[in-house]
Amino acid sequence: MTNIERHSYDVVVIGAGGAGLRAAIEARLAGKKTAIISKSLFGKAHTVMAEGGAAAAMGNVNPNDNWMVHFRDTMRGGKFLNNFRMAELHAKEAPDRIWELETYGALFDRTKTGKISQRNFGGHEYPRLAHVGDRTGLELIRTLQQKIVSLQQEDYREFGDYDAKIRVFAETTITELFIEDGRVAGCFGYYRESGDFVLFDAPAIVLATGGVGKSYKVTSNSWEYTGDGHALALRAGATLINMEFLQFHPTGMVWPPSVKGILVTESVRGDGGVLKNTKGERFMFNYVPDVFRKQYAETPEEADRWYEDPDNNRRPPELLPRDEVARAINSEVKEGRGTPAGGVLLDIASRLPAEQVRKRLPSMYHQFKELADVDITKQPMEVGPTCHYVMGGVEVDADTAQAHVEGLFAAGEVSGGMHGSNRLGGNSLSDLLVFGKRAGEYAAKFADAHPRKKVSAATVEAAVETALAPLNRGESGENPYTLHSELQQVMGDLVGIIRRQGELEQSLGRLMELKERAKKVGVGGGRRYNPGWHLALDLRNMLIVSECTAKAALQREESRGGHTREDFPGMNPQWRLVNLVCSLEGEDIALTRQPVPTMRPELLGLFDYSELAKYMTPEELSGLDKDGA
Amino acid sequence: MGTVRHFRVWRGDESGGQLEDFQVEVNEGEVVLDIIHRLQATQTPDLAVRWNCKAGKCGSCSMEINGKPRLGCMTRMSTFGEGETVTVTPVRTFPIIRDLVTDVSFNYQKARELPAFEPPKDLQPGEYRMQQIDVERSQEFRKCIECFLCQNVCHVIRDHEENKPTFSGPRFFIRAAELDMHPLDERENRKEMAQQEQGLGYCNITKCCTEVCPEHIKITDNAIIPMKERVVDRKYDPIVWLGRKIFRRDQLDEPAVSTPHRAPAMSGASVSGGEEAAAAGTQASTTTNWHHTPAAPQAAPVGEDGKLNLTELTSDRAAAQSPFGDDVTFPLPTENLSYQHPREEKPKHDEH
Amino acid sequence: MTSTVTRPGGTRPRAAIAARTLRTDRWWFFPLSIAAILGFFIVYSTIRIFMNKYYWVDDFGYLTPLYSPCLSESCVPGSAHFGTPFGEFPRWLPLGLAAFPIVAGFRVTCYYYRKAGYRSLWLSPQACGVAEPHKKYTGERGFPLIGMNSHRYFFYLAAVVLLINFYDATKAFHGADGGFGVGLGTLIIWVNVAMLTGYTLSCHACRHVVGGRLKHFSKHPVRYRFWTLVSKLNARHGTFAMSSLVTVILVDAYIMSVSAGWITDFRFYN
Repeated sequence: MTNIERHSYDVVVIGAGGAGLRAAIEARLAGKKTAIISKSLFGKAHTVMAEGGAAAAMGNVNPNDNWMVHFRDTMRGGKFLNNFRMAELHAKEAPDRIWELETYGALFDRTKTGKISQRNFGGHEYPRLAHVGDRTGLELIRTLQQKIVSLQQEDYREFGDYDAKIRVFAETTITELFIEDGRVAGCFGYYRESGDFVLFDAPAIVLATGGVGKSYKVTSNSWEYTGDGHALALRAGATLINMEFLQFHPTGMVWPPSVKGILVTESVRGDGGVLKNTKGERFMFNYVPDVFRKQYAETPEEADRWYEDPDNNRRPPELLPRDEVARAINSEVKEGRGTPAGGVLLDIASRLPAEQVRKRLPSMYHQFKELADVDITKQPMEVGPTCHYVMGGVEVDADTAQAHVEGLFAAGEVSGGMHGSNRLGGNSLSDLLVFGKRAGEYAAKFADAHPRKKVSAATVEAAVETALAPLNRGESGENPYTLHSELQQVMGDLVGIIRRQGELEQSLGRLMELKERAKKVGVGGGRRYNPGWHLALDLRNMLIVSECTAKAALQREESRGGHTREDFPGMNPQWRLVNLVCSLEGEDIALTRQPVPTMRPELLGLFDYSELAKYMTPEELSGLDKDGA
Repeated sequence: MGTVRHFRVWRGDESGGQLEDFQVEVNEGEVVLDIIHRLQATQTPDLAVRWNCKAGKCGSCSMEINGKPRLGCMTRMSTFGEGETVTVTPVRTFPIIRDLVTDVSFNYQKARELPAFEPPKDLQPGEYRMQQIDVERSQEFRKCIECFLCQNVCHVIRDHEENKPTFSGPRFFIRAAELDMHPLDERENRKEMAQQEQGLGYCNITKCCTEVCPEHIKITDNAIIPMKERVVDRKYDPIVWLGRKIFRRDQLDEPAVSTPHRAPAMSGASVSGGEEAAAAGTQASTTTNWHHTPAAPQAAPVGEDGKLNLTELTSDRAAAQSPFGDDVTFPLPTENLSYQHPREEKPKHDEH
Repeated sequence: MTSTVTRPGGTRPRAAIAARTLRTDRWWFFPLSIAAILGFFIVYSTIRIFMNKYYWVDDFGYLTPLYSPCLSESCVPGSAHFGTPFGEFPRWLPLGLAAFPIVAGFRVTCYYYRKAGYRSLWLSPQACGVAEPHKKYTGERGFPLIGMNSHRYFFYLAAVVLLINFYDATKAFHGADGGFGVGLGTLIIWVNVAMLTGYTLSCHACRHVVGGRLKHFSKHPVRYRFWTLVSKLNARHGTFAMSSLVTVILVDAYIMSVSAGWITDFRFYN
């Protein structure tokens, strides 16, 4: 028989990025015995890639900032499709979460008065992003990692065991959740190192597995981003919302290949970088949508003045929300004004002295110098849209972060709703802190209130069988690497940044075909650290999540935020009322429509009537007061 | 436009291994990790390599390329000569798992032994005020991506396995320096700890850690040497020394430093914690099981009441269940036990 | 079947790679050349300090730093700038006894020379990623290497010697007629003193003392500025260390040659 190592925990957190670690800290502080499952080593999570900063309305740089402004920016960014309650909680709680990090030892950049410095970022009205140079994500993950170590040290003093209350299972992948009578009972996975199986009994599980970018060919995401949490939730009977909304970062490197997909942070534009096509035109002025006309500069002269004097000038159009910039670049490239590699030029070299560039963007500079021998102080960068973030995810209750399965929680990128149809830069780091904490807190409460469910042996055996299947088929099966690259091709070409009905229909056909072939995937070698096997197991997650995205994208007949339909170019207020919800029926994805939660009147009052008029249907508007709502 | 290049990659596991030869296509602008991936996709699907971001930010793909500790994702193929053979091996200092993947748990163990940031007691969150010039030194060390190349290259443990229990390595010297220079850290004895617990005195400043750091942290000049100088302030200053001798202050000053090496194992209340507890606690002081926390015993399939099922009717398994878990057969193979039989001589040495 | 209760205990093996190093570059070149320079200096200075002659050029006031300050009654007349408190020395006792141990100690305990020495003389390790030949390694934890921590005190003393060197250098503006004069020797002496100053000020102990030891720079703006300055110099500490070594040999060899009459000093003025 197969060996399975068994563990019993109160709360199991799947994912060791920012959200996962924050949830684990909270669960441990609530006294729960907590396990953290990390697909890679502890502290390597994709969170380290976040560069810009963490948005929180602390008002350190501009005292006019407060949660209401932040909330407004978030809703605007998400094109009013956000779960308003999540956006509200996020805006209100983010400052506390940031300040808390300082007590864990984080060292943010400072203002002259010694407070946390905040910087400008696309879509944020005031300087709002707490940052550390351009490695904020690293600071965040390291801080949380070190906080966990410090909690382990406390436990060591008390119990003589570092792992007594909180333990990290590094390089461990979860392949199955166990649900008994509609409630979470535990989960199952394997150690990458040995290939041994491991089973966790737990009444509460927090998903914090991040996104789905590895289904795309050009992506900034690391290999871990295979949509595990999304797929686990689906298979456990939970639902996903907003899966059609994927954020393509407008400026990922497209050349040279060693850095393909790597992001060029928005602060390059915030600090003066401009986008040019191969004709040398600063083209962003041609792409300011009407909704934003008022806030953005119309001439290069005005835009240039803004960097020095932001109060009396309007922002340069390079700082438009990400989807607008991505779309603009896409159009330029399609009209033949892009580089051979399919990008445009991002120029900071001619705008700032080399010394300044190195000082303000140290890791950008160092990254490109070392990875690709590109000197950004001397030459422009070749950039283009890169799959970056999935707005959609597990549908959760705003306050408790609980999914539609009892005992299952989700936080961070894997959860959906908070960002609506598009995420503002800097909101992801604060999102994972705010909702990571909430998920941990409510998971702990849930574990208190509910006894454990027993995992039945039959389901465990089924999980073992599924996990071993690719190895049993051996090398004669389908090659997982080939399948993976075909999937990436399909998603990149047919469900990419600009979508069409025909292509989406075609993609669904291709996905079905891949799904059949994935059932026959086989790998050689043994169970010990066998990357082919790992990929084979990740494939089915990517496929199922890709199916969600493709189906939802086909159904939503409008363009909004991270979803752009060429055949339906405008926003449609009727569609704003609808969330598309994916669930699993048999082996296929079923799609249902569900109304978007209605904002409370006092929150609605934060917006101008004229602004709401751009998003809302006449019926909704009829109940509102025209003079300031 | 790709050319075919000669690669030698170490393949094997703890039972042994060798360099294997590959002919593989290389295109312009690629890095070594790209080539390893191509090998996986085209020739050796089970070639084990650890990687994550492929952007030099996570520090996962540490390996040795032509004998030099490097990140695979940050070593451009253009840095090699035309036709030069590229040899890729796993890092040498840590136990091998398979192919290019090693067990780096040493570093996580050392991280636990270093006391964390001690926040000021009188400040609430949001009240922290620090000047940029005061945080800059520590910020440099916080750039560390934990690739552990410095740990790998340091000859103190690379060439001398026996030093591992008493030496923390450059990564944790910069952590100690970071906290000692943190404007608001309240712990006073980090200098003494660095010397007594971390083995700062082993370092002979040969600067290899600085040489290999992909983040270009000046590990030696900005962390290790200042820490050594701070230790000098406390330990080797003749005036301080004299004062201590005369007033017998040693006893008062020093004991607080130690993280206890021996600790009572936790009571067996938890189904999975017990044995590991003891093992983790003793890692630093025994030779057994240095690198790895042994797996927890499999818990018996107890019911909700915490007891074994009494009858087969309510159990999902046939026959009686073993209280040690269903998959354990006795006797256990002795070589797999994490137990060290007491020997005549006492090898355990006292560091102080 | 492996049991899940235990995993292999004991020290787990590393990757079995027999080669001492797989480096393909000329990693041995750097330690070898440093070893040659250090070896030359050690041999040269040993011979020179036991020579007890050719250290003073009376006409131009040149005193080699290896013999400064000369404090014995055995010193050649004129070379003892600070009196002769020590009486006569036996022939075998070096006249530079007062300062040479300080200067040598300062260099031996210097963080840069420690790197250079451990790498090229002690081979521990020779180069990064090259296995060292020693079976055991205990570092600077016990006698005698724990003495390396005395660098700070050598730094204080060396700073005093540096002042003496400055004084000697002012004496080197001495013409044949007894008045002001400048020769090639004066120039070399001043270059050497400048290098020694750079070396001493860029020292890690100096960096620590002027400000590195502080926790809050913002409360000590002046010391912060000193620290910033020394930090900049400190980045070139190795360069200063090696170039001052060369200039010391150069100035000593020059003065020896002039003093012995093998060459004559090239005079710019008087």
